[in-house]
Amino acid sequence: MSISEPGGTRSEDALLTEGISAGAPAAGFGAAGRGPKLLTGGGRRATAVSTASTLVVLAILVAIFLAAPGSSQVRHTFFDPHDMWQSFVGDPAKGYYSVGEAIWLNIRMFLAAEVLILILALVIALIRQSTGPALFPLRVLAMIYVDFFRGVPLLLVVYAIGFGVPALRLSFVSSQSYAVYGVIALTLSYSAYVSEVYRAGLNSVHQSQVAAARSLGLSKSTALRYVILPQAVRNIIPPLLNDFISLQKDTALVGVLGAIEANQAAQIYGSTVFNYSSLTVAAILFLILTIPLARFTDSLIDRDRRRRLAGAVT
Amino acid sequence: MSAAEPAPAAPPGSAIEVADVHKSFGANEVLRGISLSVAAHEVICLIGASGSGKSTLLRCINLLEPISSGRICLLGQDVTVPGVDANAVRRQVGIVFQSYNLFPHMTVLRNVTLAPAKALRMPKAQAEDAAAELLARFGLADKRDEYPDRLSGGQQQRVAIVRALAMQPQIMLLDEVTSALDPELVAEVLDVIRELASGGMTMIIATHEMGFARDIADRVCFLEEGTIIEDAPPAELFTDPKDDRTRRFLRRIVEAGRL
Repeated sequence: MSISEPGGTRSEDALLTEGISAGAPAAGFGAAGRGPKLLTGGGRRATAVSTASTLVVLAILVAIFLAAPGSSQVRHTFFDPHDMWQSFVGDPAKGYYSVGEAIWLNIRMFLAAEVLILILALVIALIRQSTGPALFPLRVLAMIYVDFFRGVPLLLVVYAIGFGVPALRLSFVSSQSYAVYGVIALTLSYSAYVSEVYRAGLNSVHQSQVAAARSLGLSKSTALRYVILPQAVRNIIPPLLNDFISLQKDTALVGVLGAIEANQAAQIYGSTVFNYSSLTVAAILFLILTIPLARFTDSLIDRDRRRRLAGAVT
Repeated sequence: MSAAEPAPAAPPGSAIEVADVHKSFGANEVLRGISLSVAAHEVICLIGASGSGKSTLLRCINLLEPISSGRICLLGQDVTVPGVDANAVRRQVGIVFQSYNLFPHMTVLRNVTLAPAKALRMPKAQAEDAAAELLARFGLADKRDEYPDRLSGGQQQRVAIVRALAMQPQIMLLDEVTSALDPELVAEVLDVIRELASGGMTMIIATHEMGFARDIADRVCFLEEGTIIEDAPPAELFTDPKDDRTRRFLRRIVEAGRL
Protein backbone atom coordinates (compact mmCIF):
# COMPACT_ATOMS: atom_id res chain seq x y z
CA MET A 1 0.00 0.00 0.00
CA SER A 2 2.77 2.38 0.83
CA ILE A 3 4.34 2.41 -2.56
CA SER A 4 1.87 2.69 -5.35
CA GLU A 5 1.27 5.26 -8.01
CA PRO A 6 2.83 8.55 -6.99
CA GLY A 7 -0.31 10.42 -7.93
CA GLY A 8 -2.81 7.96 -6.56
CA THR A 9 -2.28 7.80 -2.84
CA ARG A 10 -1.72 11.47 -2.15
CA SER A 11 -5.31 12.40 -1.47
CA GLU A 12 -5.85 9.36 0.75
CA ASP A 13 -2.78 10.15 2.76
CA ALA A 14 -3.74 13.79 3.01
CA LEU A 15 -7.09 12.72 4.42
CA LEU A 16 -5.31 10.49 6.88
CA THR A 17 -3.13 13.34 8.09
CA GLU A 18 -6.12 15.57 8.48
CA GLY A 19 -7.93 12.84 10.36
CA ILE A 20 -5.06 12.44 12.76
CA SER A 21 -4.34 16.11 13.31
CA ALA A 22 -8.03 16.78 13.75
CA GLY A 23 -8.38 13.83 16.07
CA ALA A 24 -5.48 14.57 18.37
CA PRO A 25 -6.60 17.94 19.79
CA ALA A 26 -10.12 16.59 20.20
CA ALA A 27 -8.81 13.78 22.36
CA GLY A 28 -6.66 16.27 24.27
CA PHE A 29 -9.63 18.49 25.01
CA GLY A 30 -11.63 15.49 26.10
CA ALA A 31 -8.96 14.30 28.51
CA ALA A 32 -8.10 17.70 29.93
CA GLY A 33 -11.55 19.19 29.68
CA ARG A 34 -10.24 22.74 29.99
CA GLY A 35 -9.01 24.14 26.73
CA PRO A 36 -5.74 24.41 24.87
CA LYS A 37 -3.54 25.57 27.75
CA LEU A 38 -3.63 22.14 29.33
CA LEU A 39 -2.70 20.55 26.03
CA THR A 40 0.97 21.34 26.56
CA GLY A 41 0.94 19.41 29.83
CA GLY A 42 -1.11 16.62 28.26
CA GLY A 43 1.94 14.51 27.47
CA ARG A 44 3.20 14.33 31.06
CA ARG A 45 -0.29 13.98 32.47
CA ALA A 46 -1.09 11.17 30.06
CA THR A 47 2.09 9.35 31.04
CA ALA A 48 1.29 9.68 34.71
CA VAL A 49 -2.27 8.44 34.22
CA SER A 50 -1.22 5.46 32.14
CA THR A 51 1.54 4.52 34.58
CA ALA A 52 -0.83 4.71 37.52
CA SER A 53 -3.54 2.67 35.81
CA THR A 54 -0.99 0.04 34.78
CA LEU A 55 0.25 -0.26 38.35
CA VAL A 56 -3.28 -0.55 39.71
CA VAL A 57 -4.19 -3.31 37.26
CA LEU A 58 -0.96 -5.17 38.02
CA ALA A 59 -1.51 -4.83 41.76
CA ILE A 60 -5.03 -6.23 41.45
CA LEU A 61 -3.83 -9.21 39.44
CA VAL A 62 -1.01 -9.94 41.90
CA ALA A 63 -3.42 -9.61 44.82
CA ILE A 64 -5.85 -12.09 43.23
CA PHE A 65 -2.95 -14.48 42.61
CA LEU A 66 -1.65 -14.19 46.18
CA ALA A 67 -5.11 -14.44 47.74
CA ALA A 68 -6.07 -17.58 45.79
CA PRO A 69 -6.43 -20.68 48.01
CA GLY A 70 -3.77 -22.62 46.10
CA SER A 71 -1.42 -19.66 45.73
CA SER A 72 1.51 -20.95 47.74
CA GLN A 73 1.35 -24.32 45.99
CA VAL A 74 1.38 -22.69 42.55
CA ARG A 75 4.18 -20.39 43.59
CA HIS A 76 6.21 -23.37 44.71
CA THR A 77 5.44 -25.49 41.63
CA PHE A 78 5.92 -22.82 38.95
CA PHE A 79 7.96 -20.00 40.45
CA ASP A 80 10.45 -21.60 42.80
CA PRO A 81 13.71 -19.65 42.35
CA HIS A 82 15.87 -22.65 43.23
CA ASP A 83 14.17 -24.94 40.73
CA MET A 84 14.18 -22.19 38.12
CA TRP A 85 17.93 -21.88 38.45
CA GLN A 86 18.48 -25.65 38.56
CA SER A 87 16.48 -26.19 35.37
CA PHE A 88 18.19 -23.26 33.70
CA VAL A 89 21.72 -24.63 34.22
CA GLY A 90 20.74 -28.32 34.13
CA ASP A 91 22.49 -31.35 35.62
CA PRO A 92 22.83 -34.39 33.33
CA ALA A 93 24.01 -36.46 36.29
CA LYS A 94 20.57 -36.05 37.88
CA GLY A 95 18.81 -36.85 34.63
CA TYR A 96 17.74 -33.47 33.33
CA TYR A 97 19.06 -31.04 30.71
CA SER A 98 19.77 -27.32 30.85
CA VAL A 99 16.81 -25.33 29.49
CA GLY A 100 19.18 -22.41 28.88
CA GLU A 101 21.31 -24.58 26.66
CA ALA A 102 18.35 -26.25 24.97
CA ILE A 103 17.00 -22.89 23.77
CA TRP A 104 19.98 -22.72 21.41
CA LEU A 105 18.48 -25.61 19.51
CA ASN A 106 15.26 -23.60 19.13
CA ILE A 107 17.26 -20.65 17.86
CA ARG A 108 19.21 -22.80 15.39
CA MET A 109 16.04 -24.49 14.14
CA PHE A 110 14.34 -21.13 13.85
CA LEU A 111 17.17 -19.59 11.83
CA ALA A 112 17.48 -22.58 9.49
CA ALA A 113 13.73 -22.82 8.97
CA GLU A 114 13.44 -19.07 8.39
CA VAL A 115 15.92 -19.08 5.51
CA LEU A 116 14.35 -22.16 3.93
CA ILE A 117 10.84 -20.74 4.33
CA LEU A 118 11.78 -17.44 2.69
CA ILE A 119 13.10 -19.33 -0.33
CA LEU A 120 10.45 -22.05 -0.66
CA ALA A 121 7.56 -19.64 -0.04
CA LEU A 122 8.85 -17.27 -2.73
CA VAL A 123 9.09 -20.11 -5.24
CA ILE A 124 5.53 -21.20 -4.44
CA ALA A 125 4.22 -17.65 -4.64
CA LEU A 126 5.90 -17.07 -8.02
CA ILE A 127 4.49 -20.34 -9.37
CA ARG A 128 1.01 -19.37 -8.21
CA GLN A 129 1.37 -15.91 -9.76
CA SER A 130 2.65 -17.28 -13.08
CA THR A 131 0.42 -17.09 -16.12
CA GLY A 132 2.07 -19.32 -18.74
CA PRO A 133 -0.12 -22.23 -19.86
CA ALA A 134 2.84 -24.63 -19.65
CA LEU A 135 3.06 -24.02 -15.91
CA PHE A 136 -0.56 -24.98 -15.29
CA PRO A 137 0.23 -28.34 -13.63
CA LEU A 138 2.73 -26.63 -11.34
CA ARG A 139 0.14 -24.01 -10.41
CA VAL A 140 -2.32 -26.74 -9.46
CA LEU A 141 0.35 -28.50 -7.39
CA ALA A 142 1.26 -25.26 -5.64
CA MET A 143 -2.37 -24.60 -4.85
CA ILE A 144 -2.85 -28.11 -3.43
CA TYR A 145 0.33 -27.69 -1.42
CA VAL A 146 -0.83 -24.43 0.14
CA ASP A 147 -4.31 -25.77 0.87
CA PHE A 148 -2.90 -28.93 2.41
CA PHE A 149 -0.27 -27.44 4.69
CA ARG A 150 -2.43 -24.57 5.81
CA GLY A 151 -5.16 -27.04 6.69
CA VAL A 152 -3.17 -29.68 8.56
CA PRO A 153 -2.10 -28.83 12.13
CA LEU A 154 1.63 -28.25 12.40
CA LEU A 155 1.87 -30.80 15.22
CA LEU A 156 0.64 -33.56 12.89
CA VAL A 157 3.15 -32.51 10.23
CA VAL A 158 5.92 -32.70 12.84
CA TYR A 159 4.84 -36.22 13.80
CA ALA A 160 4.45 -37.34 10.21
CA ILE A 161 7.89 -36.12 9.13
CA GLY A 162 9.68 -36.92 12.38
CA PHE A 163 8.43 -40.49 12.71
CA GLY A 164 7.40 -41.26 9.13
CA VAL A 165 10.58 -40.39 7.26
CA PRO A 166 12.94 -42.43 9.54
CA ALA A 167 10.56 -45.38 9.21
CA LEU A 168 11.11 -45.37 5.46
CA ARG A 169 14.67 -46.53 6.17
CA LEU A 170 16.14 -44.72 3.17
CA SER A 171 19.90 -44.48 3.29
CA PHE A 172 20.50 -40.73 3.80
CA VAL A 173 17.12 -39.13 4.35
CA SER A 174 16.04 -41.52 7.09
CA SER A 175 19.09 -41.05 9.29
CA GLN A 176 18.87 -37.37 10.19
CA SER A 177 18.42 -35.91 13.66
CA TYR A 178 15.01 -34.96 15.01
CA ALA A 179 15.97 -31.33 14.77
CA VAL A 180 16.43 -31.71 11.00
CA TYR A 181 13.02 -33.35 10.61
CA GLY A 182 11.58 -30.61 12.79
CA VAL A 183 13.05 -27.93 10.54
CA ILE A 184 11.64 -29.71 7.49
CA ALA A 185 8.18 -29.89 9.07
CA LEU A 186 8.28 -26.22 10.10
CA THR A 187 9.45 -25.23 6.63
CA LEU A 188 6.72 -27.22 4.88
CA SER A 189 3.97 -25.81 7.05
CA TYR A 190 5.11 -22.19 7.28
CA SER A 191 6.00 -21.91 3.59
CA ALA A 192 2.31 -22.36 2.81
CA TYR A 193 1.42 -19.34 4.93
CA VAL A 194 4.35 -17.20 3.91
CA SER A 195 3.76 -17.88 0.21
CA GLU A 196 0.37 -16.24 0.65
CA VAL A 197 2.03 -13.26 2.30
CA TYR A 198 4.41 -12.99 -0.65
CA ARG A 199 1.47 -13.22 -3.03
CA ALA A 200 -0.29 -10.37 -1.28
CA GLY A 201 2.93 -8.36 -1.57
CA LEU A 202 3.31 -9.09 -5.28
CA ASN A 203 -0.31 -8.09 -5.85
CA SER A 204 0.19 -4.87 -3.92
CA VAL A 205 2.66 -3.58 -6.53
CA HIS A 206 0.67 -1.63 -9.09
CA GLN A 207 0.39 -3.09 -12.57
CA SER A 208 1.69 0.20 -13.99
CA GLN A 209 5.08 -0.62 -12.46
CA VAL A 210 5.20 -3.80 -14.51
CA ALA A 211 4.23 -1.86 -17.63
CA ALA A 212 6.90 0.78 -16.95
CA ALA A 213 9.60 -1.85 -16.47
CA ARG A 214 8.62 -3.92 -19.50
CA SER A 215 8.25 -0.83 -21.70
CA LEU A 216 11.94 -0.11 -21.11
CA GLY A 217 12.82 -3.44 -22.68
CA LEU A 218 13.48 -5.26 -19.41
CA SER A 219 12.68 -8.96 -19.53
CA LYS A 220 9.98 -10.43 -17.31
CA SER A 221 12.51 -11.87 -14.86
CA THR A 222 14.62 -8.69 -14.73
CA ALA A 223 11.51 -6.62 -14.09
CA LEU A 224 10.48 -9.01 -11.34
CA ARG A 225 13.87 -9.00 -9.68
CA TYR A 226 14.69 -5.29 -9.75
CA VAL A 227 11.31 -3.57 -9.86
CA ILE A 228 8.50 -5.77 -8.55
CA LEU A 229 10.05 -7.95 -5.82
CA PRO A 230 11.86 -5.16 -3.93
CA GLN A 231 8.62 -3.21 -3.67
CA ALA A 232 6.61 -6.33 -2.79
CA VAL A 233 9.01 -7.39 -0.04
CA ARG A 234 9.08 -3.90 1.43
CA ASN A 235 5.30 -3.98 1.72
CA ILE A 236 5.19 -7.33 3.49
CA ILE A 237 8.00 -7.02 6.02
CA PRO A 238 5.63 -6.49 8.99
CA PRO A 239 3.39 -9.51 8.24
CA LEU A 240 6.51 -11.60 7.48
CA LEU A 241 8.04 -10.73 10.84
CA ASN A 242 4.73 -11.54 12.47
CA ASP A 243 4.88 -15.04 11.02
CA PHE A 244 8.46 -15.40 12.20
CA ILE A 245 7.54 -14.46 15.76
CA SER A 246 5.06 -17.29 15.58
CA LEU A 247 7.70 -19.58 14.08
CA GLN A 248 10.07 -18.93 16.98
CA LYS A 249 7.53 -20.33 19.42
CA ASP A 250 6.50 -23.21 17.21
CA THR A 251 10.02 -24.61 17.26
CA ALA A 252 8.88 -25.95 20.66
CA LEU A 253 6.64 -28.45 18.85
CA VAL A 254 9.72 -30.30 17.61
CA GLY A 255 10.16 -31.39 21.24
CA VAL A 256 7.41 -34.01 20.75
CA LEU A 257 9.89 -35.96 18.61
CA GLY A 258 12.33 -36.12 21.51
CA ALA A 259 14.68 -33.37 20.37
CA ILE A 260 16.03 -31.62 23.45
CA GLU A 261 14.80 -28.12 22.79
CA ALA A 262 13.83 -25.69 25.55
CA ASN A 263 10.27 -26.90 26.07
CA GLN A 264 11.26 -30.57 26.05
CA ALA A 265 14.16 -29.92 28.45
CA ALA A 266 11.74 -28.11 30.76
CA GLN A 267 9.27 -31.01 30.69
CA ILE A 268 12.03 -33.52 31.41
CA TYR A 269 13.02 -31.43 34.43
CA GLY A 270 9.40 -31.29 35.55
CA SER A 271 8.86 -35.02 35.34
CA THR A 272 12.21 -35.78 36.99
CA VAL A 273 12.07 -33.32 39.90
CA PHE A 274 8.27 -32.89 40.06
CA ASN A 275 8.56 -29.14 39.90
CA TYR A 276 7.41 -27.14 36.89
CA SER A 277 9.36 -23.94 37.45
CA SER A 278 11.38 -25.17 34.49
CA LEU A 279 8.40 -24.41 32.23
CA THR A 280 8.40 -20.83 33.51
CA VAL A 281 12.09 -20.62 32.61
CA ALA A 282 11.34 -21.88 29.11
CA ALA A 283 8.50 -19.35 28.79
CA ILE A 284 10.78 -16.50 29.88
CA LEU A 285 13.44 -17.55 27.38
CA PHE A 286 10.90 -17.65 24.55
CA LEU A 287 9.69 -14.19 25.56
CA ILE A 288 13.26 -12.87 25.51
CA LEU A 289 13.50 -14.15 21.94
CA THR A 290 10.16 -12.93 20.62
CA ILE A 291 9.71 -9.55 22.30
CA PRO A 292 12.62 -7.80 20.55
CA LEU A 293 11.35 -9.06 17.19
CA ALA A 294 7.85 -7.86 18.05
CA ARG A 295 9.13 -4.38 18.98
CA PHE A 296 11.26 -4.29 15.83
CA THR A 297 8.16 -5.12 13.77
CA ASP A 298 6.23 -2.33 15.47
CA SER A 299 8.98 0.17 14.76
CA LEU A 300 9.03 -0.82 11.09
CA ILE A 301 5.27 -0.35 10.86
CA ASP A 302 5.61 3.05 12.54
CA ARG A 303 8.40 4.10 10.22
CA ASP A 304 6.36 3.07 7.21
CA ARG A 305 3.36 5.05 8.44
CA ARG A 306 5.47 8.14 9.14
CA ARG A 307 7.03 7.91 5.71
CA ARG A 308 3.62 7.80 4.09
CA LEU A 309 2.41 10.79 6.09
CA ALA A 310 5.58 12.69 5.22
CA GLY A 311 4.99 11.84 1.57
CA ALA A 312 1.54 13.40 1.81
CA VAL A 313 2.92 16.67 3.14
CA THR A 314 5.56 17.27 0.48
CA MET B 1 15.45 -8.92 -33.71
CA SER B 2 16.40 -12.09 -35.51
CA ALA B 3 12.83 -13.21 -36.10
CA ALA B 4 11.93 -10.88 -38.92
CA GLU B 5 14.21 -8.77 -41.05
CA PRO B 6 12.86 -5.54 -42.62
CA ALA B 7 9.44 -6.21 -44.10
CA PRO B 8 9.30 -5.29 -47.79
CA ALA B 9 5.85 -3.73 -47.45
CA ALA B 10 7.04 -0.78 -45.41
CA PRO B 11 7.53 2.35 -47.48
CA PRO B 12 11.05 3.76 -47.26
CA GLY B 13 11.53 6.35 -44.52
CA SER B 14 8.46 5.25 -42.62
CA ALA B 15 9.29 4.84 -38.94
CA ILE B 16 5.89 3.60 -37.83
CA GLU B 17 3.39 1.88 -40.05
CA VAL B 18 0.07 0.93 -38.47
CA ALA B 19 -2.24 -0.96 -40.82
CA ASP B 20 -5.88 -1.71 -40.04
CA VAL B 21 -5.27 -2.45 -36.37
CA HIS B 22 -8.15 -3.76 -34.32
CA LYS B 23 -8.00 -4.28 -30.57
CA SER B 24 -10.69 -5.64 -28.29
CA PHE B 25 -10.83 -6.07 -24.55
CA GLY B 26 -13.39 -8.84 -24.27
CA ALA B 27 -16.51 -7.66 -26.08
CA ASN B 28 -15.33 -4.06 -26.03
CA GLU B 29 -13.66 -3.10 -29.31
CA VAL B 30 -11.37 -0.19 -28.49
CA LEU B 31 -9.51 0.14 -31.79
CA ARG B 32 -11.60 -0.35 -34.92
CA GLY B 33 -9.30 -0.39 -37.88
CA ILE B 34 -6.59 2.19 -37.25
CA SER B 35 -4.16 2.96 -40.05
CA LEU B 36 -1.40 5.48 -39.56
CA SER B 37 1.94 6.09 -41.17
CA VAL B 38 4.62 8.13 -39.44
CA ALA B 39 7.77 9.16 -41.26
CA ALA B 40 11.11 9.36 -39.49
CA HIS B 41 11.51 12.63 -37.51
CA GLU B 42 7.82 13.31 -37.78
CA VAL B 43 5.74 14.40 -34.77
CA ILE B 44 2.15 13.19 -34.66
CA CYS B 45 -0.36 14.36 -32.07
CA LEU B 46 -3.37 12.21 -31.25
CA ILE B 47 -6.35 14.13 -29.96
CA GLY B 48 -9.80 12.96 -29.00
CA ALA B 49 -12.00 12.39 -25.99
CA SER B 50 -11.03 10.02 -23.18
CA GLY B 51 -11.77 6.47 -24.25
CA SER B 52 -11.30 7.20 -27.94
CA GLY B 53 -8.40 4.75 -28.08
CA LYS B 54 -5.35 7.05 -27.99
CA SER B 55 -3.66 5.31 -25.07
CA THR B 56 -4.52 1.84 -26.30
CA LEU B 57 -2.99 2.63 -29.69
CA LEU B 58 0.26 3.74 -28.05
CA ARG B 59 0.34 0.67 -25.80
CA CYS B 60 -0.20 -1.56 -28.83
CA ILE B 61 2.66 0.08 -30.72
CA ASN B 62 4.91 -0.56 -27.71
CA LEU B 63 3.64 -4.18 -27.61
CA LEU B 64 2.33 -3.71 -24.08
CA GLU B 65 -1.02 -4.88 -25.47
CA PRO B 66 -1.35 -7.57 -28.15
CA ILE B 67 -3.50 -6.47 -31.06
CA SER B 68 -6.52 -8.46 -32.22
CA SER B 69 -5.83 -8.05 -35.93
CA GLY B 70 -3.90 -5.84 -38.32
CA ARG B 71 -0.21 -5.13 -38.57
CA ILE B 72 2.32 -2.79 -36.98
CA CYS B 73 5.74 -2.17 -38.55
CA LEU B 74 8.39 -0.27 -36.64
CA LEU B 75 11.52 0.90 -38.46
CA GLY B 76 10.73 -1.49 -41.28
CA GLN B 77 10.18 -4.52 -39.09
CA ASP B 78 6.81 -6.19 -38.68
CA VAL B 79 6.49 -6.45 -34.90
CA THR B 80 3.11 -8.17 -34.87
CA VAL B 81 4.23 -11.48 -36.38
CA PRO B 82 4.66 -14.33 -33.89
CA GLY B 83 8.14 -14.84 -32.48
CA VAL B 84 9.15 -11.20 -32.38
CA ASP B 85 11.44 -10.34 -29.46
CA ALA B 86 9.21 -7.82 -27.72
CA ASN B 87 12.01 -6.72 -25.40
CA ALA B 88 14.24 -5.85 -28.35
CA VAL B 89 11.41 -3.89 -29.96
CA ARG B 90 10.68 -1.98 -26.77
CA ARG B 91 14.33 -0.97 -26.44
CA GLN B 92 13.87 1.08 -29.60
CA VAL B 93 10.50 2.53 -28.69
CA GLY B 94 10.29 4.62 -25.53
CA ILE B 95 6.94 5.22 -23.90
CA VAL B 96 6.08 7.70 -21.16
CA PHE B 97 2.88 7.39 -19.18
CA GLN B 98 0.41 9.83 -17.72
CA SER B 99 1.19 8.72 -14.16
CA TYR B 100 5.03 8.81 -14.60
CA ASN B 101 5.41 5.29 -13.11
CA LEU B 102 8.87 5.93 -11.76
CA PHE B 103 10.27 3.14 -9.60
CA PRO B 104 9.64 4.50 -6.10
CA HIS B 105 12.34 2.42 -4.38
CA MET B 106 15.16 3.71 -6.57
CA THR B 107 16.93 7.04 -6.79
CA VAL B 108 16.49 9.15 -9.89
CA LEU B 109 19.87 8.03 -11.18
CA ARG B 110 19.05 4.36 -10.67
CA ASN B 111 15.66 4.80 -12.32
CA VAL B 112 17.47 6.08 -15.38
CA THR B 113 20.36 3.60 -15.42
CA LEU B 114 18.44 0.40 -14.64
CA ALA B 115 17.32 -0.40 -18.17
CA PRO B 116 20.60 0.51 -19.94
CA ALA B 117 22.51 -1.56 -17.38
CA LYS B 118 20.23 -4.60 -17.38
CA ALA B 119 18.70 -4.64 -20.87
CA LEU B 120 21.63 -3.23 -22.87
CA ARG B 121 24.29 -4.61 -20.49
CA MET B 122 25.99 -1.23 -20.48
CA PRO B 123 28.83 -0.99 -17.92
CA LYS B 124 27.69 0.81 -14.77
CA ALA B 125 30.03 3.79 -15.10
CA GLN B 126 29.07 4.35 -18.72
CA ALA B 127 25.34 4.12 -17.92
CA GLU B 128 25.75 6.59 -15.06
CA ASP B 129 27.71 9.04 -17.18
CA ALA B 130 25.08 8.91 -19.90
CA ALA B 131 22.30 9.31 -17.35
CA ALA B 132 24.01 12.25 -15.65
CA GLU B 133 24.40 13.94 -19.02
CA LEU B 134 20.72 13.47 -19.87
CA LEU B 135 19.61 14.64 -16.42
CA ALA B 136 21.76 17.75 -16.76
CA ARG B 137 20.34 18.45 -20.21
CA PHE B 138 16.83 18.50 -18.75
CA GLY B 139 17.67 20.51 -15.64
CA LEU B 140 17.61 17.58 -13.24
CA ALA B 141 21.32 17.31 -12.42
CA ASP B 142 20.79 18.15 -8.74
CA LYS B 143 18.01 15.54 -8.38
CA ARG B 144 20.06 12.48 -9.29
CA ASP B 145 20.21 11.12 -5.75
CA GLU B 146 16.64 11.97 -4.76
CA TYR B 147 13.84 9.42 -4.52
CA PRO B 148 10.81 10.04 -6.75
CA ASP B 149 8.49 10.92 -3.88
CA ARG B 150 10.68 13.95 -3.10
CA LEU B 151 10.10 15.43 -6.57
CA SER B 152 7.27 17.52 -7.97
CA GLY B 153 5.01 15.99 -10.59
CA GLY B 154 6.72 17.94 -13.34
CA GLN B 155 10.14 16.79 -12.19
CA GLN B 156 8.95 13.20 -11.95
CA GLN B 157 7.58 13.32 -15.46
CA ARG B 158 10.83 14.80 -16.78
CA VAL B 159 12.72 11.98 -15.07
CA ALA B 160 10.34 9.50 -16.71
CA ILE B 161 11.15 11.03 -20.10
CA VAL B 162 14.88 10.90 -19.35
CA ARG B 163 14.49 7.27 -18.26
CA ALA B 164 12.95 6.41 -21.62
CA LEU B 165 15.59 8.43 -23.51
CA ALA B 166 18.41 6.63 -21.73
CA MET B 167 17.64 3.61 -23.90
CA GLN B 168 18.40 5.79 -26.94
CA PRO B 169 15.10 4.93 -28.60
CA GLN B 170 14.38 5.70 -32.25
CA ILE B 171 10.76 6.47 -31.44
CA MET B 172 9.05 8.04 -28.45
CA LEU B 173 5.41 7.52 -27.51
CA LEU B 174 3.98 10.02 -25.04
CA ASP B 175 0.69 9.10 -23.42
CA GLU B 176 -1.00 12.22 -22.02
CA VAL B 177 2.18 13.04 -20.14
CA THR B 178 0.86 16.35 -18.79
CA SER B 179 -2.66 15.25 -17.83
CA ALA B 180 -1.78 14.40 -14.22
CA LEU B 181 0.19 17.62 -13.64
CA ASP B 182 -0.81 20.80 -11.89
CA PRO B 183 -1.25 23.53 -14.52
CA GLU B 184 1.88 25.44 -13.47
CA LEU B 185 4.01 22.32 -14.01
CA VAL B 186 2.80 21.57 -17.53
CA ALA B 187 5.10 24.02 -19.28
CA GLU B 188 8.35 22.49 -18.05
CA VAL B 189 7.34 19.10 -19.45
CA LEU B 190 6.14 20.53 -22.73
CA ASP B 191 9.49 22.33 -23.09
CA VAL B 192 11.25 18.99 -22.82
CA ILE B 193 9.05 17.54 -25.55
CA ARG B 194 9.72 20.58 -27.76
CA GLU B 195 13.42 20.01 -27.34
CA LEU B 196 13.01 16.38 -28.37
CA ALA B 197 11.05 17.41 -31.44
CA SER B 198 13.63 19.97 -32.48
CA GLY B 199 16.25 17.23 -32.08
CA GLY B 200 14.43 15.20 -34.72
CA MET B 201 12.86 12.53 -32.49
CA THR B 202 10.04 10.59 -34.13
CA MET B 203 7.10 10.89 -31.76
CA ILE B 204 3.46 10.05 -31.34
CA ILE B 205 1.94 12.21 -28.63
CA ALA B 206 -1.50 11.62 -27.16
CA THR B 207 -2.51 14.92 -25.62
CA HIS B 208 -5.30 17.15 -24.41
CA GLU B 209 -3.12 20.25 -24.83
CA MET B 210 -4.53 21.57 -28.10
CA GLY B 211 -2.36 24.68 -28.22
CA PHE B 212 0.72 22.53 -27.78
CA ALA B 213 -0.44 20.08 -30.45
CA ARG B 214 -0.92 22.97 -32.88
CA ASP B 215 2.60 24.24 -32.15
CA ILE B 216 4.55 21.07 -32.28
CA ALA B 217 2.80 18.53 -34.49
CA ASP B 218 3.52 17.88 -38.15
CA ARG B 219 0.18 16.16 -38.29
CA VAL B 220 -2.73 15.89 -35.91
CA CYS B 221 -5.01 12.86 -35.82
CA PHE B 222 -8.47 13.12 -34.33
CA LEU B 223 -9.69 9.82 -32.89
CA GLU B 224 -13.23 8.89 -32.02
CA GLU B 225 -14.52 5.48 -30.99
CA GLY B 226 -11.36 3.71 -32.05
CA THR B 227 -11.01 5.12 -35.54
CA ILE B 228 -9.02 8.01 -36.97
CA ILE B 229 -11.66 10.43 -38.16
CA GLU B 230 -9.32 13.04 -39.54
CA ASP B 231 -5.56 13.18 -40.13
CA ALA B 232 -4.22 16.55 -41.24
CA PRO B 233 -1.56 19.19 -40.56
CA PRO B 234 -2.53 21.20 -37.46
CA ALA B 235 -3.18 24.43 -39.37
CA GLU B 236 -5.74 22.60 -41.42
CA LEU B 237 -7.31 20.42 -38.75
CA PHE B 238 -7.73 23.16 -36.18
CA THR B 239 -8.93 25.91 -38.55
CA ASP B 240 -10.74 24.04 -41.25
CA PRO B 241 -11.76 20.55 -40.08
CA LYS B 242 -13.38 18.46 -42.79
CA ASP B 243 -15.45 16.14 -40.65
CA ASP B 244 -18.49 17.06 -38.58
CA ARG B 245 -17.30 14.98 -35.65
CA THR B 246 -13.98 16.82 -35.58
CA ARG B 247 -15.80 20.12 -35.66
CA ARG B 248 -18.07 19.08 -32.82
CA PHE B 249 -15.09 17.96 -30.71
CA LEU B 250 -13.17 21.18 -31.36
CA ARG B 251 -16.22 23.26 -30.56
CA ARG B 252 -16.48 21.61 -27.15
CA ILE B 253 -12.77 22.21 -26.58
CA VAL B 254 -13.14 25.90 -27.48
CA GLU B 255 -16.18 26.21 -25.21
CA ALA B 256 -14.13 24.69 -22.39
CA GLY B 257 -11.52 27.37 -23.01
CA ARG B 258 -8.81 24.88 -23.90
CA LEU B 259 -8.00 26.26 -27.38
